[in-house]
Amino acid sequence: MLKIYRNMKKFAAPIAGILLLLFLQVMSDLYLPTLMSDIVNNGILEGNVAYIWKTGAVMLLAAAGGVVCAVAAGYLGAKVAVGMGRMLRNQLFRHVESFSLSEFERFGSSTLITRTTNDIIQVQTVTIMIINMMVRAPLTCVGGVIQAYHQDRMLTLILAVALPVLILVIAFVTSKVIPLFRQVQQKLDGMNLILRENLTGIRVIRAFNKKDHETAKFENANRDLTDTYIRVNRIMAFLMPMMMLIMNLVTVSILWFGSKRIDTGEMNIGALMAFTQYAMQIMFSLLMFVMMFVMIPRAQAAADRINAVLGTAPEITDPDSPATAENKKGYVEFRNVTFRYRGAEQPAIRNVSFSVRPGETTAVIGGTGSGKSTLLKLISRFYEADEGEILVDGTDVKAMAQKDLRRRIGFVPQQASLFTGTVKENLLFGKEDATQAEVYHAAEVAQASKFISEMPQGYDSLLAEGGRNLSGGQKQRLSIARALVRKPEIYVFDDSFSALDFKTDAKLRAALKQDTKQATVIIVAQRVGTVMDADRIIVLDEGSVAGIGTHRELLKECGVYREIAASQLSEEELS
Amino acid sequence: MSNHKQPTRPAGGPGGMGHGGPGGAIGRPVQKAKNFKGTLKRLSGYLKPHTFQLAMVFFFALLSTAFTVLAPRISGDSINQLTDGLIAKHIVSEVTKAQDSMVPALTGRLNQIETGREQAQEQAKAAVRAELEEKGAAQDQIEAAEQQAASAAGKAFDKQLSQTVLPEQQSAMRELVQLTRIGDLTGAEEKAEAVERFASLTKLLPQSGRDQSFQISDGDLQKYLGDIRETNGAIPFRAIGKTLLLLLLIYLFSALFTFLMRYIMAGVSQITVYGLRKELNGKLSRLPLQYYDSHPSGDILSRMTNDIDTISGTLQQSLTQLALSVCQILGYIIMMLLYSPVLTLIVLCTLPLYIGVTMLIASHSQKYYKAQQKYLGKLSGHTEEMFTGHIIVKAFGREKESVETFEQVNDDLYEAGWKAQFMSGVMYPLMNFVSNLGYVMISVIGGIFVTKSVLNIGDITAFIQYSRSFSMPIIQTANIANIIQSTVACAERVFEILDEEEEIPDAEDTVNLIDPKGNIRFDHVKFRYQESAPLMEDMNLDFRQGETVAIVGPTGAGKTTLVNLLMRFYEINAGAITFDGVDIRRMARGNLRKLFGMVLQETWLFHGTIEENIAYGKEQATHEQVVAAAKAAHADHFIRSLPDGYQTVLNEEASNISQGQKQLLTIARAILADPAVLILDEATSSVDTRTEVLIQKAMGALMRDRTNFVIAHRLSTIRDAHLILVMDHGTIVETGNHRELMEKNGFYANLYNSQFAGANLE
Repeated sequence: MLKIYRNMKKFAAPIAGILLLLFLQVMSDLYLPTLMSDIVNNGILEGNVAYIWKTGAVMLLAAAGGVVCAVAAGYLGAKVAVGMGRMLRNQLFRHVESFSLSEFERFGSSTLITRTTNDIIQVQTVTIMIINMMVRAPLTCVGGVIQAYHQDRMLTLILAVALPVLILVIAFVTSKVIPLFRQVQQKLDGMNLILRENLTGIRVIRAFNKKDHETAKFENANRDLTDTYIRVNRIMAFLMPMMMLIMNLVTVSILWFGSKRIDTGEMNIGALMAFTQYAMQIMFSLLMFVMMFVMIPRAQAAADRINAVLGTAPEITDPDSPATAENKKGYVEFRNVTFRYRGAEQPAIRNVSFSVRPGETTAVIGGTGSGKSTLLKLISRFYEADEGEILVDGTDVKAMAQKDLRRRIGFVPQQASLFTGTVKENLLFGKEDATQAEVYHAAEVAQASKFISEMPQGYDSLLAEGGRNLSGGQKQRLSIARALVRKPEIYVFDDSFSALDFKTDAKLRAALKQDTKQATVIIVAQRVGTVMDADRIIVLDEGSVAGIGTHRELLKECGVYREIAASQLSEEELS
Repeated sequence: MSNHKQPTRPAGGPGGMGHGGPGGAIGRPVQKAKNFKGTLKRLSGYLKPHTFQLAMVFFFALLSTAFTVLAPRISGDSINQLTDGLIAKHIVSEVTKAQDSMVPALTGRLNQIETGREQAQEQAKAAVRAELEEKGAAQDQIEAAEQQAASAAGKAFDKQLSQTVLPEQQSAMRELVQLTRIGDLTGAEEKAEAVERFASLTKLLPQSGRDQSFQISDGDLQKYLGDIRETNGAIPFRAIGKTLLLLLLIYLFSALFTFLMRYIMAGVSQITVYGLRKELNGKLSRLPLQYYDSHPSGDILSRMTNDIDTISGTLQQSLTQLALSVCQILGYIIMMLLYSPVLTLIVLCTLPLYIGVTMLIASHSQKYYKAQQKYLGKLSGHTEEMFTGHIIVKAFGREKESVETFEQVNDDLYEAGWKAQFMSGVMYPLMNFVSNLGYVMISVIGGIFVTKSVLNIGDITAFIQYSRSFSMPIIQTANIANIIQSTVACAERVFEILDEEEEIPDAEDTVNLIDPKGNIRFDHVKFRYQESAPLMEDMNLDFRQGETVAIVGPTGAGKTTLVNLLMRFYEINAGAITFDGVDIRRMARGNLRKLFGMVLQETWLFHGTIEENIAYGKEQATHEQVVAAAKAAHADHFIRSLPDGYQTVLNEEASNISQGQKQLLTIARAILADPAVLILDEATSSVDTRTEVLIQKAMGALMRDRTNFVIAHRLSTIRDAHLILVMDHGTIVETGNHRELMEKNGFYANLYNSQFAGANLE
């Protein structure tokens, strides 16, 4: 929390304003009992009606002044708290956008979304409450004590005894309750997890006839949560009346000792009445404080999550004076590249070297976890290689601006992700100024034009939620078309044909071949059929290159490749 | 990878808290229920089993309120006693002081009069004596004359005196002088009598003899005398002590009852919500799969978490608060009326002000809240897209545009947000101001009433306490009215699920296959997912034990449908499906599904250890069996390489192992379940082909003597199938084995050949 508030310097002036206004407002609130006491002493006891009217008018003014201050403070407070939320959101989003995949995956997109939205809202809400109540509470407390002291010194001793007792009780109970609240949250999360699993795995659960098992699991979690909830609420049921009782005890003592002091003539009745009201206000401010304490752990957790993101430095940044490689087009070279995922024992890519030229098709093949996708992602510098060099168009990718590097590459990922918007908007994602003809052509090549034209509004059809209304194959074809529109120097396909049926796959590749004649194509695939006609096949095995060559060469020389091919092709096809 | 994973928390849904803040929910747009009354009634039906506890809660609420309401009156009493005592003490000390100052003066004056008279008499006597002695009167004559003269002189003196000091005044003066010093008296009655006497006597005194400081009207005198009789002219600490003790007792009881009320309610509300959750979960397990197809799981989840949370919070806090608030409002009004109907009227006059302020602000803030909600949705949508497509944003260099869009929406959100916040934040100070207005009015008018002796000071303090406390329950009631509205809307959404049509229950005389073989028949099966879209019109199929059936076809051809029908996830519209000759509708669903082992496209694993996940299909599986299954699925090797081996806990999204590894685990799970029929639904799509060959070898052994259904894209994996069903648009277009189908040179051959299109197009 504090860490987040630290970068609120921009709001220093309004915050100072809020403090001042709230102070004035609290003082006006506290001034009213003093005036009331004056009415009693000088008006009522003296029978001076005119004085009562006059003081009444002053009270009214004080109250009005108070409300003006409060409204003004509310205005500034809303602007500061919501403004802080805005600032934090912008900061967080900008920061996440600068993350390389390495940092991004460390968090995962779902939690990053939660952090950008819910968590910041949480912090913002609590900030508002802090401004509204928590700041007011100590002001009221201090102001109240000063006023009380002003009214009667000896009676303030009662407060000196009561306040620490109250604070101790609060501290004791909250120290018991806050961990319980945390437990409730954990158990709630746990139960929701079971629920979520039950919903996503409903077919499996029913297929394995585990309904009763899951119901029992849920029942346990439900029961456990309920018990904890009841425990927390019972403690809270104790806390509130207990605090009220202590407050009331204070009132009674004030009345008693006040009477004594009035008897000896050291105090008057008006002062006693004012004093009682001060005591009440002080206690109530403490109560508010307690309510805040229940809120803060929640916001604290949210703040921690936000800070964790903000505190993660992006691994990949642009060099100060980026190099440009204008004279070459479509060259990719790996020189002894080694890369390991953060925290992984084994490198995902080990000492890989190869180079490709424009007009060539290079295929990458290998088993699960052999590092095919990783290899492709290194070209676009989504990850930073640990050793060796990756050169694109003859220049080290680390020396280039990321945008400049990626401008040269048309990347088609394994999982096609599209964005909300029309089909056309999606296709124009990589090149906003592409012409109509370019878009149509790309769709044609990607075998997408047929189904697009079958959609109700054709190219202007809206894709809901990133294309939920499309099949996997359709999404993949749009994702390919999107890369084609860009007309990049280097095409990178990461197993991008997996959701297509064989017929479409074949047609697409044939059309692509025509379209990418001048370009460099790098393709990851599982099917030997997809790669066998490539100019160069790189066979990866556990991150290392097991062989590089054409289909025929590899069948002869590379055992790993032969094995892969044998698993997919018939005898005659192998020969 | 993502070890910082945090479960998505309901937006702004603090479970069981966050209610009841002053002015909290006012001004926010409220979700309205479609059928408020019906849903409210139904919701309260859930509280019925707790009628007794609820009655207790309301009883305690009533008691606690009664005591809360009484307390200011009692403390007002103590202040009255204090002031009474103070006044009595004041009077007694003033009277004593007056006595002390008057008695010497009066005595002096009386002496003066006496000496004056004596002097006059002596003078008269002397004059008479001198006159008579001159005449030579006899001594006794002289004496008699002297007597006469003296009395005449006395009378004359008295006559003259009476012109300035009346005889009654003289006797009053005398009596006053003789009056015992009140300060020296002990009895309250004596003191009162003495003060009364003193007051009435002083009234008789001539202007000059009166003490200027001591003047009271008759009405006040009677009151003061009463005070003196009660308090004996001192602050009655005994009585005050008693009152304060009573007050303490009342506070104690009030606290006790509040505690009991909340304590009972904690149980009632949570157990009610527990029951509701349980019922909902039970319902979800009986809903047909169609329901899940047409309802996004996020929506169902939100109903079960956020909505139930809201209901829980309302039951826990708002209900008791409402009970308390209503009781308090009534109690306060009654008590205030008892003190002063006029002042009560003033307080009640502030009520329309509260309502007016609320309405005014609500009408303004609603539109900002709506706008805020809209922009928040937009912002979340953008964030979600940009983050899920992070790699694409990077690959296409669109970070800048993405940030720009975000900041734009964020600005809109800020504009709507701070206004909404300001509007609802202003509510409390304004309410406070209205409350202060009432306070000032009461202080002034009440003060005037006290000077006119209509009220006592203690009454005013009590009244002020009442009027100040009065605003709180009113704000809260308005607040809760809103909360209850949205709660009912939540309840309605929950009830919607509860009202959904359930699966057809299992037949009563279910057949349990003792020794399942796996002979399956589709007999004139007709099925449609939606009434309007025909899918299977008249399907007849026959599968025999030990056969491997491959189902192929383009995406969306209905390959999965066949499996769904087999396992009775969906009900067929006409015809019958039989298992070993028994209609599957005559079997219990659980028993039927146990006959199948399924490896689905979606690799569903749960949060638990790997061993637990593999053993999912077979209860009480031994560790050895689990390991054997894992070995058969070629999963053993990678499991052992994990830090905790079989005890490795899969995280919530099972993202700590790869997609291919997940698939291996689901295969192991199916192997362990050892079913009569095996269904592999594109099970190996994420496993590389080399691993797949290994799995298939294991599967080959497993598949023997079983009926197997294999759905896969990779034609190479199904070449050895006994029967290949080629599906397109929901129907089977071709059947036969690989060779037969290739010879046919139809749809299948086309499909198969296209696999090598890349090569052929060379």
